[in-house]
Amino acid sequence: MSAAADSPGAGRYIGRGLPRPGARRLLAGRGRYTDDVVLPRMLHAAFLRSPYAHARLGVIDVSAAAAMPGVHRVLTGADFEPLCTPWVGTLSHFKGMRSAPQRPLPTDKVVWAGQPVVMVIAETRAQAEDALEVIAVAFEELDAVVDLDAARAPESPVIDAGAPDNVLFRTRIEAGSTASAFAGAEIVSVDLRFGRHTAVTMEPRAVLADFDPSEARLTVHQSTQTPYQFQDLYARHFGLSEARVRVIAPDVGGSFGMKLHLYHEDMAVVGASLLLKRPVKFTADRMEAFASDIHARDHRVRARLAVGPDGTLRAIEVDDVTGVGPFSAYPRTSAVEGNQVVRLIGAPYRLTDYRADLTVVAQNKVQMSQYRAVGHPIACAVTERLVDLAADRLGLDPFEIRRRNYVTDDMYPHTTPSGYRFEKLSLATCLEKLHALMDYPALCAEQAALRAKGIHRGIGIATYVEITNPTPAFYGVGGAHISAQDGCVLKLTPAGEVSCAISITEQGQGSEAIIGQIVAEGLGVDRDHVRVLTGDTETTPSGGATWACRGAGIGGETALQASRKLKARILEIAAAILQAEPGTLDIRDDAVTDADGMPRMTLREVANLAYYRSDLLPPDVSPALTVAHHFAPRGYPFAFTNGIHGSLVEVDVETGFVTILKHWVVEDCGRVINPLLVDEQIRGGVVQGLGAAFFEECRYGETGQLLNGSMSDYLVPMACEMPDIVIAHVETPTLDTELGAKGCGEAGTAASSGAALNAVNDALRPLGAGISQLPMTPERILRALDVI
Amino acid sequence: MKARAFDYRRVASVAEALDAYGACAGEARYLAGGQSLLPALNLRLDAPDLLIDIGRIEALRGIAIEGESLRIGALTRHAETLASPLIAAHAPILTQAAAYMAHPAIRNLGTMGGSLSLADPASELPACMRALGATLEITGPHGIRAVPADDFFQDLYETALVPGEMLTAVHVPLAASGSRMQFTEIARRRGDYAMVGLAANLVLAEGLVTSARLGFCSVGPTPMRAPATEAALTGRPLDGDAITAARAALGDDISPDDDDSLSAAARMHLARVLLGRVLATLGEGGAEAVAA
Repeated sequence: MSAAADSPGAGRYIGRGLPRPGARRLLAGRGRYTDDVVLPRMLHAAFLRSPYAHARLGVIDVSAAAAMPGVHRVLTGADFEPLCTPWVGTLSHFKGMRSAPQRPLPTDKVVWAGQPVVMVIAETRAQAEDALEVIAVAFEELDAVVDLDAARAPESPVIDAGAPDNVLFRTRIEAGSTASAFAGAEIVSVDLRFGRHTAVTMEPRAVLADFDPSEARLTVHQSTQTPYQFQDLYARHFGLSEARVRVIAPDVGGSFGMKLHLYHEDMAVVGASLLLKRPVKFTADRMEAFASDIHARDHRVRARLAVGPDGTLRAIEVDDVTGVGPFSAYPRTSAVEGNQVVRLIGAPYRLTDYRADLTVVAQNKVQMSQYRAVGHPIACAVTERLVDLAADRLGLDPFEIRRRNYVTDDMYPHTTPSGYRFEKLSLATCLEKLHALMDYPALCAEQAALRAKGIHRGIGIATYVEITNPTPAFYGVGGAHISAQDGCVLKLTPAGEVSCAISITEQGQGSEAIIGQIVAEGLGVDRDHVRVLTGDTETTPSGGATWACRGAGIGGETALQASRKLKARILEIAAAILQAEPGTLDIRDDAVTDADGMPRMTLREVANLAYYRSDLLPPDVSPALTVAHHFAPRGYPFAFTNGIHGSLVEVDVETGFVTILKHWVVEDCGRVINPLLVDEQIRGGVVQGLGAAFFEECRYGETGQLLNGSMSDYLVPMACEMPDIVIAHVETPTLDTELGAKGCGEAGTAASSGAALNAVNDALRPLGAGISQLPMTPERILRALDVI
Repeated sequence: MKARAFDYRRVASVAEALDAYGACAGEARYLAGGQSLLPALNLRLDAPDLLIDIGRIEALRGIAIEGESLRIGALTRHAETLASPLIAAHAPILTQAAAYMAHPAIRNLGTMGGSLSLADPASELPACMRALGATLEITGPHGIRAVPADDFFQDLYETALVPGEMLTAVHVPLAASGSRMQFTEIARRRGDYAMVGLAANLVLAEGLVTSARLGFCSVGPTPMRAPATEAALTGRPLDGDAITAARAALGDDISPDDDDSLSAAARMHLARVLLGRVLATLGEGGAEAVAA
């Protein structure tokens, strides 16, 4: 891995490529994940899962299981009815959306293979699993809804008995007149299929609920990215006082969006703790993760683009069908993925005429919902495939057609036909930077020379526009209890060190590291003297936490402004003692200085004084050295970022294998707080995108069985197959905040699969072949080449 | 998932292991490297009453030349196979194959005997043993017997071992003069089970192929020989025509089934591509083997 250079204009800490302070602890094996938490009198849960994708539930005989050694309780759906209200995965701003109510365990039928049906609570997990083996459930198998096209057919079984069909949500976006734009234009079209994949976090989901009836107090240790959201959900659905529900997310080993949805096991574990009045733990094993973690994508997108003879892109029409499993996920819905697809298609380009239809359908599969870069890779691949096809049709170079059609720098602020508002993007700058970074002319020359020798290389590029820093326009307006603000409590300790409790959370990406940098710079202290606390609803202020690329932009601004407030407090106290005006003082290197930087007193001296000798302060000067600050973006609904990826591949046309030779990213996430961590985010995201492009796919059989739910059969991308990833930055800070940071966590995933799709198609083009399905497996490439 | 409860006994000799097996009232399993057995237990695909840990039996270790063959103890770890100079000199196909076997952590524990006894048709060593014409040494309550590799692998995960018997060593003929050997496989990711793998062991004399033994992975229920293909190669130079003939003949030898991850057509196609590539490499010399 190359060391990231500091950003241009880096400050003392902001803009510096510093390593994460917490990495040493995790590498030393000192991490403390939910499964490491052991409580007195703790019991373990295991679930009997449905072997059928769709079946009516008959008699469940648990008598033998209840008598097994170590078993304390065997619970079925009926046991939870009085405890917990059902939940429905819809939001009011998705008009007409519906989804069946969900409960911890089913009472009438099962709707996907792997759905938890019976819960055994025993002294050990092994004993609980022993008991699962003697439970008898009478399943009456029903026809399963599997394929997303078949799900919409009139003869399809309907999963939700109370619904007319399997369509959960439909929407249409229409701007201008595509019909007139298509008249007389060159038209290129795609019919792209995007398979399902899943998060495969290193730490699987884990939840440990501990209900104390003496205080009606519930403490939940949970591997999640959104503790405040779960605090709200547990309080509301179990009828508990929110102040008595505490959710603690200790170390979390990856989440990628997968750990912000409510899972049936979560509610069952909380319910079981309420019933048994003891701590109950459930940790998903890898098989359970594949069978119950949310899956991602699953789209079929038909789209066409009208282009003028001069290469001017005129209009796009889109039909996206996405299959989301039996229910829409809660509380964020499974409609956001498709909604972002249809709103992001075409976004980088000057288009006025646009029409898109989205259909969200139910299937008897695991739930599909938000996963890193929600909707973006689909929108990017569709758009950029169309643009490349148009370039090919008109004999234009892929760089040239983009150069001619991007939203230009003089058009900002710009509103897309789908209604997204861009403050300022750097599309052309990124394009030219990528061109140079790849040495595109040399790559093209090499490609041509190798083609003559029968070696088939492909070059692909893909532009993305990414949604970051969301305001309540994302979820709050739809009625979800999901905060768009963040809170930070900052205190100068009696020893003159800094404690920062903040509502964004850490899953391994370095949230705590960047907050420490921002606070250290904002206050003028050594970063080692800043301790950042996250992930506990009782010790940190409520806020949105970490998702949708909001941690740096919103959490970072919150921390910056909190540090300004604390600095003002420190200077007010110091000024009173030093008999100076606060405005003439500053803080540098943990000391209050005069305007020339001359140290006047250390922060330890200020803190000692405020905490232990407040009698020395004038009566009108408060000794408080704790401040709180909350911030929510109020300007643009989202801070859009942009960037572009380049991909170089070599296709073995005999085997259909693709060697990914190199990948480039030029990204603009505004102000870069830590270039090392931004690069790591980009690289990790690129690998996940390349996983989707070439390896990762949740494959289902005709009866709705997941065929490859194990680490030996589901191919996560591994280091040996991954290319070098070269990254460059452009910085266009948002003016909505002082910090100017936007998000970067999803930029790697957003366009890597689209760039790879274009690269493989570029390699196949001279052979008269093309591929339009992800992942691009060897077999699919062989079929595209008509070899088999 | 957690394994069902089982008893565990570590033994110091083969005789003790056999006695423990015979004395077990329920189901017993020999535990060597545990790289397939332990996941099967945790997945509750297998739930024996007793595990007999043979991992410390010294007699099952060691790689040595015995007469005209190389004796490889059943407890030889894949990492040892990969590193052994004797194997590299006399059965280089095994050195090549070991590099494809899973990942270092697995190679440090997984054993020769364990892999062969499991007889997964997708794994490398069974195909190599057929290509090498190895003899498997089986020890049971009634003594030691020798079974040719061609007779050992009987069906999917089925071998000539009867319950209670243990594979104690393999005897690999020392590479003949004029040997050309190559192991290659095609897998989606480094270390995965092969979509198709081929262990090819040819002998050339005076420009002609005098012997051809091919062992394929992942194309049938067992590691597969390819007799028609071998015949098509024998008695002629290893040139382009021979390779074309061999590729054509392969259809008489194997007919893979569709499975969840790959269609029969794709697997057959890849087997032909792999055969052609391996033979082309061997035509240029292949892996070095010293004369016997």
